[in-house]
Amino acid sequence: MKGPLILVAVIAFAAFLLPPLLPWNHAAIDWGSVNARLGQGGHILGTDDLGRDRLARLLVGTRTTVSVALAAALVALLIGTIWGAVAGWVGGRTDEIMMRIVDGLYALPFMFVVILLMVVFGRSILLVFIGIGAVEWLTMARVVRGQVMALKTRPFVLAAEAAGAPGRSILWRHILPNVAGVAAAYLMLTVPQVVMVESFLSFLGLGVQEPLTSLGILVNEGADEMDMVPAGLLLPGGILIAIIVCLTLAGERYRDRLASAQRR
Amino acid sequence: MRLADMIALILRRLMTAIPTLLAIVILSFLLMRFAPGGPFDGDRPLAPETRAALEAAYGLDKSIGEQIGRYLLRIIQGDFGPSLVYRDFTVTELIAQSLPISLLIGGLALLLASIAGISAGLFAAARAGRWQDQSLMLTATILTALPTFVTGPLLALIFGLWLGWLPVSGQVGGAAWLILPVTALALPVAGAIAKLARAGLAEILEQDHIRAARARGTGPLTILARHALRPALVPVASYLGPAAAGLLTGAVVIETVFGLPGLGRYFVQGALNRDYPLVLGVVTLYAALIIAFNLVADLLYGWLDPRMRGA
Repeated sequence: MKGPLILVAVIAFAAFLLPPLLPWNHAAIDWGSVNARLGQGGHILGTDDLGRDRLARLLVGTRTTVSVALAAALVALLIGTIWGAVAGWVGGRTDEIMMRIVDGLYALPFMFVVILLMVVFGRSILLVFIGIGAVEWLTMARVVRGQVMALKTRPFVLAAEAAGAPGRSILWRHILPNVAGVAAAYLMLTVPQVVMVESFLSFLGLGVQEPLTSLGILVNEGADEMDMVPAGLLLPGGILIAIIVCLTLAGERYRDRLASAQRR
Repeated sequence: MRLADMIALILRRLMTAIPTLLAIVILSFLLMRFAPGGPFDGDRPLAPETRAALEAAYGLDKSIGEQIGRYLLRIIQGDFGPSLVYRDFTVTELIAQSLPISLLIGGLALLLASIAGISAGLFAAARAGRWQDQSLMLTATILTALPTFVTGPLLALIFGLWLGWLPVSGQVGGAAWLILPVTALALPVAGAIAKLARAGLAEILEQDHIRAARARGTGPLTILARHALRPALVPVASYLGPAAAGLLTGAVVIETVFGLPGLGRYFVQGALNRDYPLVLGVVTLYAALIIAFNLVADLLYGWLDPRMRGA
């Protein structure tokens, strides 16, 4: 259970702490050593065909991917929790309309919606994560709504209601704290989803733009030169897979454990 | 399912599908139309007369309402207009050229994923709780999490470049060029289907009528074939809609990676070039395909689980 999370934490810490310590910037061009091999000219992983340090690019790319994913997942958490909590709490007609909207959005081919947004509003990193976060909140809204509906009929909530507690304080003091666990599990599952979407867009050239880099861009560059430098594909691809797989495994286990704890 | 029920279901779905499609088309049309930057913004500014003539030729000088109306009328006749970037082609021609390739790859991937996923899922459920189950489900989870734009190049690197067994890209013809793209596309879907099939069968196997059949001494294979298989596949059928969406997005990447002239590649090119008619046409087609898949899923649902009929 802990192993996958520790691996992700190590990757994230390396990506955030190490870049300033390197002598090379991710976009700086070392004219003296273009296409350097491992260790050549002080470049630990060598340089790419433009003479940029591969290690710096790898770390900064990971940092971009992780930050975009966290930011977008938080946007999704915020929208999804509010939407789901309101729908589940108010219930009735409001609930029906709100969930109909969610169903409708679910039916959309959301990757294409994000691409459409990118095309229309130009490609900026801000839009990448707003766009992704705005689409990824749907599952969160459904889960939170279900949880709130289940909690509404639990004795301690009924007791608070009978004692005359106002709706707002019941929501804040009794409902939302009990939603937090499930929301955390789905947050853990949303992050790898977002990582996937961001890298997908960047891979196609529609996401993060140069000189900034991300794992998707690096995988794309690596795929072009994999016959010459396999590491150019293997390293960013490996990190990407490690992040996605580890968070998915950890998130699913956490969710299943919560579910079985609730059943008891 | 009786034929009359089926027709009723199809009609009911069409009643909701048509407004959905219409909304998607109008929304994406408006988005594209109000986007900054147009197809005629080149490196050199055009002379005002030239620009006016071009806009008149493509109908861009009319009011928005009129443009939408004309566009909808033309789509109904299967005419998505001329491509703004591929000057000598209409969007319909581009789609007609590329759709068969995408359908072939996507269809084969869906078939492969269903066969592999369902058999793995059923096997895991039969061994529930044992190591075969656990390792299969771990593999399935990892497969679902693998992004196609990494597995595609990886498979090409390993089987194409290092082992030299299969062609890597750009070779359309023969069957070998299909193997890598189809496999890369099928992997995540196979993982998801395996998990759903396992969950479906595991739940069915705990029910009373299965216990009763077992108590009567019915063999496991007979139980599976006669009582358990159909209801166990209900969750798989409900996944068909999302699977179609996943395959379409996956195909965008796979076609780019393996250099296949499919629909997804034109979509990406269109998006990068701001080729409005092309992107609009492909989005409309994608939406229609996904709606169609959801309808097929509903029909399958009714066939697999009689309780769902008329629901």
